[in-house]
Amino acid sequence: MDLYEILFWFLTVMALGCALGVILSRNPISSVLFLIATFFAISGHYILMNAQFLAIVNIIVYAGAIMVLFLFVIMLMNLNADTEPQKNRLIQLAGVISGGILFLVVLGALRSTPVTNLERADVGIGLIKNLGKTLFTQFVLPFEISSVLFLSAMIGAIVIGRKE
Amino acid sequence: MPIQYYLFLSMALFCIGIMGTLMRRNAIIIFMCIELMLNAVNLLLVAFSKMYGDASAQVFVFFIMVVAAAEVSVGLAVIVMMYRKVHSVDINILNRLKH
Repeated sequence: MDLYEILFWFLTVMALGCALGVILSRNPISSVLFLIATFFAISGHYILMNAQFLAIVNIIVYAGAIMVLFLFVIMLMNLNADTEPQKNRLIQLAGVISGGILFLVVLGALRSTPVTNLERADVGIGLIKNLGKTLFTQFVLPFEISSVLFLSAMIGAIVIGRKE
Repeated sequence: MPIQYYLFLSMALFCIGIMGTLMRRNAIIIFMCIELMLNAVNLLLVAFSKMYGDASAQVFVFFIMVVAAAEVSVGLAVIVMMYRKVHSVDINILNRLKH
C-alpha cells in the first residue's frame, strides 16, 4: 500500500463521511461546512487523477463562491437547528430506502464491468494549456453560449430578487 | 486504482444526494444535495477522462460548473423571495401552489 492508495482511501472516506454529515446534521450551517469539506475531498481526487486545473477551479468556484453564497443566505435568514423543519420518521425512512435501493441496483449492474486500471503515467491532459486548446478549438460555440447563459442568470437573479 | 472504485464512490455520493433530497424539508439543504449530485457526476467524468486520455470530459466538467453556478444564483434568489413572502424555507409550504 503506497502513498497513492493511502491518499485515495483517506479522501474517499472523507468525501463519504462529510456527504453523510451534510444530510444528517440538524444545523444548516454545519451542513454547509460539511459540504465544503466534501468539495475539498473531491478536489483531492482530481489532483490524484492529474486534473490540476479542475481541482483549482473546483475549490475557487464551488468552495469559494457558491458555498459562500449559501452561507450568506443561511445567515441572512438566521436559520439554525431550532427552526429546522423536520419530516416525520416514515418519510425519512422511505427516502433512505429508495436511495439505498438505487445504489444497490447500480452496484449490481456495474459489478461485472471489466477491471481497468487507471494509468498513473501523466499525459498532461489536465493542464491549463491542453484544456484551453480543447476549449477554444473544439468547444468555442458552447463556451460563448454559456456566457449568454450566465448573463441571463445574472439578470434573472436581479429581477427575481428585487423589492417591489 | 481500478475504475470501479471511482464508479462506486461517485454512485455512493450520488445516492447520498438523492437520500438528502428525499429526507430533508429545508429548501436550502435540498439545493446543497443537488450540488452534491452534480459533483458526483463531475468526479466520474474526470475518472473516465483519465481512463481514455481525452480532454473533452474535463471541458464538460467545466460546463457543468458553469451551469451549477447559474442555477445556484437563480435558485437562491427564488428561495430568498419565498422566505420574504412566507418567512420559512420549508418546502411543504410550497404545495399551496396546487390550490
